[in-house]
Amino acid sequence: MDRFPLVVVGHVDHGKSTVIGRLLADTNSLPDGKLEQVRLECERSSKPFEYAFLLDALAAERDQGITIDTARCFFHSTQRDYVIIDAPGHIEFLKNMITGAARAEAAVLVIDAKEGVQENSRRHGTMLSLLGIRQVIVAVNKMDLVGYDKGVFESVRDEYLAFLRQLGLIPQAVLPVAAFFGKNLSDRCAELSWYDGPPLLGELDRLILASNHLHKPFRMPVQDVYKFTEEGDDRRIIAGRIETGLVHVGDDVVFFPSQKRAKVKTIEEFSAPQRTEVGFGKAIGFTLDPEIYVRPGELMVRAGQPSPRSANRFQANIFWLGKRPLVTGKRYKLKLATAEVPVWVDRIEKVLDASNLSSGVREQVEQHEVGQCVLEAFKPVAFDLSADVAETGRFVLVDDYEIAGGGIILSDHGVGNTLLDRHLAHREQNWERSSLSSSTRALRWNQRPTFILLTGGADAPLVKLAQALESTLFEQGRFVYYLGLSNALLGLQAGHEDRPEVLRRLGETAHLFTDAGAVFIASLAGLDDPERQVLEALARPADVLTVTVGPTDLTQTAALLLSTEQPLDEQVKILVHHLSEAQIFPEFAL
Amino acid sequence: MNEHLDALESQSVFILREAYRKFKNLAMLWSIGKDSTVMLWLARKAFFGHVPLPLVHIDTHFKIRSMIEYRDRLAKEWKLTMVYGENAVALREKLTFPDGKVDRLTCCGSLKSEALKHTLAGDWPRYRLNHETGAYEQDPNTSPYTGVIVGARADEEGSRSKERYFSPRDQHNDWNVDDQPPELWNQFKTDFAPGTHLRIHPLLDWTELNIWEYIERENIPVTPLYFNQGDGKRYRSLGCFPCTNKVDSEATNVKEIIEELKTGKFSHIAERAGRAQDKDGGGLESLRRGGYM
Repeated sequence: MDRFPLVVVGHVDHGKSTVIGRLLADTNSLPDGKLEQVRLECERSSKPFEYAFLLDALAAERDQGITIDTARCFFHSTQRDYVIIDAPGHIEFLKNMITGAARAEAAVLVIDAKEGVQENSRRHGTMLSLLGIRQVIVAVNKMDLVGYDKGVFESVRDEYLAFLRQLGLIPQAVLPVAAFFGKNLSDRCAELSWYDGPPLLGELDRLILASNHLHKPFRMPVQDVYKFTEEGDDRRIIAGRIETGLVHVGDDVVFFPSQKRAKVKTIEEFSAPQRTEVGFGKAIGFTLDPEIYVRPGELMVRAGQPSPRSANRFQANIFWLGKRPLVTGKRYKLKLATAEVPVWVDRIEKVLDASNLSSGVREQVEQHEVGQCVLEAFKPVAFDLSADVAETGRFVLVDDYEIAGGGIILSDHGVGNTLLDRHLAHREQNWERSSLSSSTRALRWNQRPTFILLTGGADAPLVKLAQALESTLFEQGRFVYYLGLSNALLGLQAGHEDRPEVLRRLGETAHLFTDAGAVFIASLAGLDDPERQVLEALARPADVLTVTVGPTDLTQTAALLLSTEQPLDEQVKILVHHLSEAQIFPEFAL
Repeated sequence: MNEHLDALESQSVFILREAYRKFKNLAMLWSIGKDSTVMLWLARKAFFGHVPLPLVHIDTHFKIRSMIEYRDRLAKEWKLTMVYGENAVALREKLTFPDGKVDRLTCCGSLKSEALKHTLAGDWPRYRLNHETGAYEQDPNTSPYTGVIVGARADEEGSRSKERYFSPRDQHNDWNVDDQPPELWNQFKTDFAPGTHLRIHPLLDWTELNIWEYIERENIPVTPLYFNQGDGKRYRSLGCFPCTNKVDSEATNVKEIIEELKTGKFSHIAERAGRAQDKDGGGLESLRRGGYM
């Protein structure tokens, strides 16, 4: 007994709610007495009865006579159960329409035969195509108002088919109905005898539920990593929901973008028989061998299957819902599967008016428009092209706490950091160099200006080491400075949100101090490869000497690896020795 | 049939894990009824046998006695962080419907909504089960819960069909029905300005029938109040005893309830039909705007 999720969309007042209400009534899917209760209420308030009132459960709605939000209701044909999502037709409620439609497997698009194709008929069609809903039935409603005329039906049908064709959408059927009178809904009718196809209900029963994702490559976005220690539980569980494909115990798996590898050791599930394989749709957990460290947001895939993309630049079609427009250069938060990274729009290639598909080039994408854009994330994320794996090829953008847009990824633009490059070029051009060269300064201080960057896990004693190193070098007469910003000041507690800004400031500060000839020390827990590259670029021309304490996420080897087991004074000794070996402090003045 | 329950389970587990990942001060409301007990079971699914968040119960002291016994039994067995709160003033001054001082809706608003609001905010005492002594003690933790997991289902009643999985409320618990965040592709509103609270609804897509089918499949213990104990009556929905009526039913076990819902007399009668407060005044919607779950 599957329950088919269906959305009903269309322009305001074209009769979406009537179609649904009548379907509920005709299939005997209403609670006893509901219809009578609504009829009675209408009588009492001297309003003509409408099926739409059945759905208007909220007082606010009844007042305005329009659907504000997405209401769900359930009905059944002789074939199966349906859950219908009634989506509002008003443009102001487009985000609600999208919320409803995104949950559906198929859509019924209602068009008023008399009014014909309207702005939101087209806009909703565009949204369905962007949301990836390929199964569409078009119901040309209110045929009673045009005398059940075949010619009127055909002209609406042809106009709309031409529009859908531009979107690459071919509807399963376009059929005439008169929903208020129940014509051609559950049964065929005499008035529309010129129409050959099955009635709406028959068309609904022909829709196909959930395409089979088992044959697709295995994709599981890592939602979280758990280690609950209560009751002696020592499992380290990688939890997530499998979007596509299938995986077995013993399979080699790879996590993107870190590219870490392991084998599936066990499949974990509470109160269920032990499994040896698990497929798409399941929210599940795995233990790995070896127990590698992976982060929420990574994409778990199977070795030997097509790899996902791992890039920070990609092209996408974005529908914008935000009250403030989508603008280039501004930072947003990208949420793609379970990954979250800061992102900005590098450029807007074209803007599409969703209601008429005309396009133009602009600097911003306004509310309810669709923009084809190139996005640049702060660091690489794992994804697929929407055409390959829809589930991992789409994302939303958060602007000031709100989901303000959604998008599907069209193409991969590789790795690059255009904002940083632009900034560095700008800095280079506009920097008024003093007459003192860096070698003059190096000679004065008898040292090579260097940025010593200490990193490690969240609990590595980085600050103590940095302080001890600064004192030791200072005692030796060196020109040294430790930037003692706590993690709180660096904004690291706030999660990833402020990380790009923190890195920018840190890199610029390192640049200033090293330009002045200093040895500059800073510590930053949880550094990864892209972040290291950003700091190295900003500190140029000074060298960055990366020192790790304990395990880290860096894949490119650091200049010096220290262990958390070593006592502090030994760590300092090793470090100082390394600095002299690396000719940062030449033994003899030149 | 199993596949459908699998899909519902998977979605709920995903939502619970998302809530756990995003909220520091997260709590789950446990009304002791079948829905929130299923939700509790789903939390054990999500966290592999553990329940790493507090369960909060609002005790009106008009709950049927055996509900409290059942609550404490499961809390001990499953090692739950069990917390309850109450409207001590209203109870002491007997400002309740059963005491004849106020009408049903006012009583609900006071013993449930008010008590809930203040228990979540932490400005009224919370009582927490001490697993060593087996008794409740005042909880030293008074920090507000900013994320609250609630077992509302869309099919229960009209206003609930408008809910999001992640639904923001402002600091006054107000729900702006007309302007809710979009939800698509399993992306929810998990970023919020200070002062916003979120209600999280993992059971939104479940129906009453799904709940019972899942209880049967997973063998989840529910309170026997749901079954006919020989008098030809059972509770279909649990609440306070003065305002919740039994329905006529011969169903003595889970299987028979499922049959009854599928083909029997209840297949066309709404579940909350036995709840008196829905029929007075504005009913559930006005209660919900004021913070009722």
